[in-house]
Amino acid sequence: MIQAHDSVIVLTLGRIVLPVAQLFGFYVIVFGQHGPGGGFVGGVILAASMILAILIFGRDAPGSWLVPKILQGDGIGLLIFAGVGGLCLIGGGQFLNYTHLQIPGLDEASRHYVGIMLTQIGVAADVAVTGVSIAISLSAEDEQVSHG
Amino acid sequence: MTFELPLLVFLVMTAAGAILVKDLISSVFILGTYSFTLALIWALLGAVDVAFVEAVVGAGLATVFFLLTLFTTSEKDTQIRRLPIPWTALVVLPIVGMLLLYGAADLPAFGDPSSPASTHISPIYIENSVAQTRTPNVVTAILMDYRSLDTLVETIVIFTAGIACALILRKGDS
Repeated sequence: MIQAHDSVIVLTLGRIVLPVAQLFGFYVIVFGQHGPGGGFVGGVILAASMILAILIFGRDAPGSWLVPKILQGDGIGLLIFAGVGGLCLIGGGQFLNYTHLQIPGLDEASRHYVGIMLTQIGVAADVAVTGVSIAISLSAEDEQVSHG
Repeated sequence: MTFELPLLVFLVMTAAGAILVKDLISSVFILGTYSFTLALIWALLGAVDVAFVEAVVGAGLATVFFLLTLFTTSEKDTQIRRLPIPWTALVVLPIVGMLLLYGAADLPAFGDPSSPASTHISPIYIENSVAQTRTPNVVTAILMDYRSLDTLVETIVIFTAGIACALILRKGDS
């Protein structure tokens, strides 16, 4: 099931749809402070696009460096989120109080803006990695059966 | 108001169809339709962020996970045999439904400005979030700034779910 799809229509359509879907995911993450959306939804869209890529082009597609690496990347998003909180602690304030992010040249509200954006990227990375990881875990059993 | 009643009827129909249909793959797709109808209702009620999450997660990602699970199970698991409905459920569930309707009569009206949800702390967020965080979307400001510790723990929950799925499902893979 996780081998590459043999239909030309699916392969061609995948090449067109996938960049658009990933661009929309990044747009939702960045635009989440000004409209509907945010880190969680954008991360899910990114995860869906990557799952679609795995289903279309197969798990061992040539040039696919992301899939073997992404399984080791569980928790990078959590590290970003908690790391921003830790930076606030180092800056002399409470945990996750973005006023104490020590960024020179920014007033208090802009520090909050930067803090919200960084934590959203953290949430998006965590959700995307988790979604792809669950999809790979669900389809890995099939390979075990077919090989053994 | 004119769209709410057909959407609610369609919601109940898809929910009943997802339970009643015999084929599990059909059930998964009907459940996706249910989530998308629910997303339309959230958007109609003004909860755009919730509608976005419902459409993407409920209709998109959950459907993909259900289908992947069904494809890895054997053929006999995709059909289900239903037991006859016990009479206790037929008696107790309508009574519980009547009690819930009775309790819902005391809830404040939709959009009531004097309800507890609109008077306690949300006016503070709505008045101060743009000045304090420069974030026009107040939902993002609440989730990521005022309630960021809750969001951090939610992220830990998602992280734990991913780790647990990898530990349970992946057998000797790399």
